[in-house]
Amino acid sequence: MADEPLVLGIETSCDETGVGLVRGETLLFDALASSVDEHARFGGVVPEIASRAHLEAMVPTIERACREAGVALRDVDAVAVTSGPGLAGALMVGVASAKALALALGRPLYGVNHLAGHVAVDIVEHGPLPEPTLALLVSGGHSSLLLVPDVTHDVRSLGSTIDDAAGEAFDKVARVLGLPFPGGPHIDRAARDGEVVIDFPRGLTGGRDAERHRFDFSFSGLKTAVARWVAAREAAGEPVPVADVAASFQEAVTDVLTRKAVDACRTNDVGHLQIGGGVAANSRLRAMAQERCDAAGIELRVPRPKLCTDNGAMIAALGAQMVLRGRPASDLAVPADSSMPVTTVSA
Amino acid sequence: MLTLAIDTSTTAIGVAVGRSGEVPVTAVRLDARAHTEHLAPLVEQALGEAGVSPADLDAVAVGTGPGPFTGLRVGLVTAVTMGYALGVPVHGVCSLDVLAEQALAATDSADVAEVLVATDARRREVYWARYARGEDGARALTGPAVGPAAEIPEDARRLPTAGRGPLLYPEALCSPVDGVLDVDPAVLLALAVRRAAEGVPTPVEPLYLRRPDALTTAERAAR
Ligand SMILES: [Zn+2]
Repeated sequence: MADEPLVLGIETSCDETGVGLVRGETLLFDALASSVDEHARFGGVVPEIASRAHLEAMVPTIERACREAGVALRDVDAVAVTSGPGLAGALMVGVASAKALALALGRPLYGVNHLAGHVAVDIVEHGPLPEPTLALLVSGGHSSLLLVPDVTHDVRSLGSTIDDAAGEAFDKVARVLGLPFPGGPHIDRAARDGEVVIDFPRGLTGGRDAERHRFDFSFSGLKTAVARWVAAREAAGEPVPVADVAASFQEAVTDVLTRKAVDACRTNDVGHLQIGGGVAANSRLRAMAQERCDAAGIELRVPRPKLCTDNGAMIAALGAQMVLRGRPASDLAVPADSSMPVTTVSA
Repeated sequence: MLTLAIDTSTTAIGVAVGRSGEVPVTAVRLDARAHTEHLAPLVEQALGEAGVSPADLDAVAVGTGPGPFTGLRVGLVTAVTMGYALGVPVHGVCSLDVLAEQALAATDSADVAEVLVATDARRREVYWARYARGEDGARALTGPAVGPAAEIPEDARRLPTAGRGPLLYPEALCSPVDGVLDVDPAVLLALAVRRAAEGVPTPVEPLYLRRPDALTTAERAAR
């Protein structure tokens, strides 16, 4: 429908330059430029390299999004941008570009929360969000359980990681196993040829921790346990069964994530679970979440992998909801906030 | 030819809006750590005071540094995005060239044939370049480069020096050009318009002069 708001969303919180165009609740196009290959040599994202790549990619990505979506920039009704959380220098490139667009076009600007964007993107995939919705967001930068009564202004944190993010654990374990960065897809692939034969620790699931940190995560102990296990094998002069270690590690991570997510749904009487973030692309996580949700009578919603990882469509989708629900626009002086709390949906 | 000029390479976040041959409207704020917040409102303010709307612009000019990376990028991405959105050309000018023009304008042509520009590069270093007074403005002789002020060749260090270098390193850079600390966006505007008119290349490429700080996994392993 032509009278629905056309929103352009910009995402630059990490190493992906994303520009998405959403009309109402329909995704028109999602353009992405990634600097991930440049970071691979460094074994992790280098903020300055990411920021330089964002500057280079920004205008070409906006241009491509408009061309592929078949819209003219002047027809955009509002501009949305990730104002946080994320890498400060990277965020600033996107925020400054979004402000320039808003100013040049004379359109409102919405500075929005990256995590809420991960939730909102499912609207363009599976339709309106059930309210409330429960979201498990797992990536290299975040691991959170969110209760979301209204994605445009009421997002509550039930728990999050107290040390490493889930995706970070994948990267670090991949390094221990001699697999390339980013670790997620490589561990997923290696695990397919392996069996779950090692019982790695499940952080914050037993004893006091299970009460005090019921919906929090910890992956640092797991990562250390894997490193120790591998080191012991190497010290004994025995070969490291990479596939089995990968499968066992992946099992431990997905067990904790899905167990806590289903528990959170039950405790809050929520019938829907959404999974987002780069780790949502993990095949074992998807399978286990499906099994456990089916068993518990919970409807599972996982956007396609390209919409789970960081992208501009998620920011455009959230921006469109802001417009549709009449939320106030941001001031042109809105800052980039690298530690923006998840409860702040728009700045 | 209505031009918007932006520079974020020095402590001043500077904006100018004006037509060729007229005195432009400027909006400047001194805050080296909040470019993202202040730049767009300053652009809005300058356009408002000039009584024009963004759609009236014919060109955008931007200082390409060198300067601290994060702030520099805010100016560059603002300029290229506005240029793209408005469908007008964007001209890049080395920010030290602008300071050199300011230094020449502030000194007596009979006494001063050459100037040095030295700005804050953080990490106890400066961005610097050496210029001669030419027939139509500053002509670059050396630079731009980055390094400790004390390592700039001694004859260059004795030249009248523009930028914040002399404030930061008075022992190495002892002849400041009074009042020329940060890029003046009005001078940037004039220089960009002149270069574009003369067909001098105006690439919009950030002058970082430093590689990102990071070791590859191979380099780390070799340590
Ligand atoms: Zn993310």
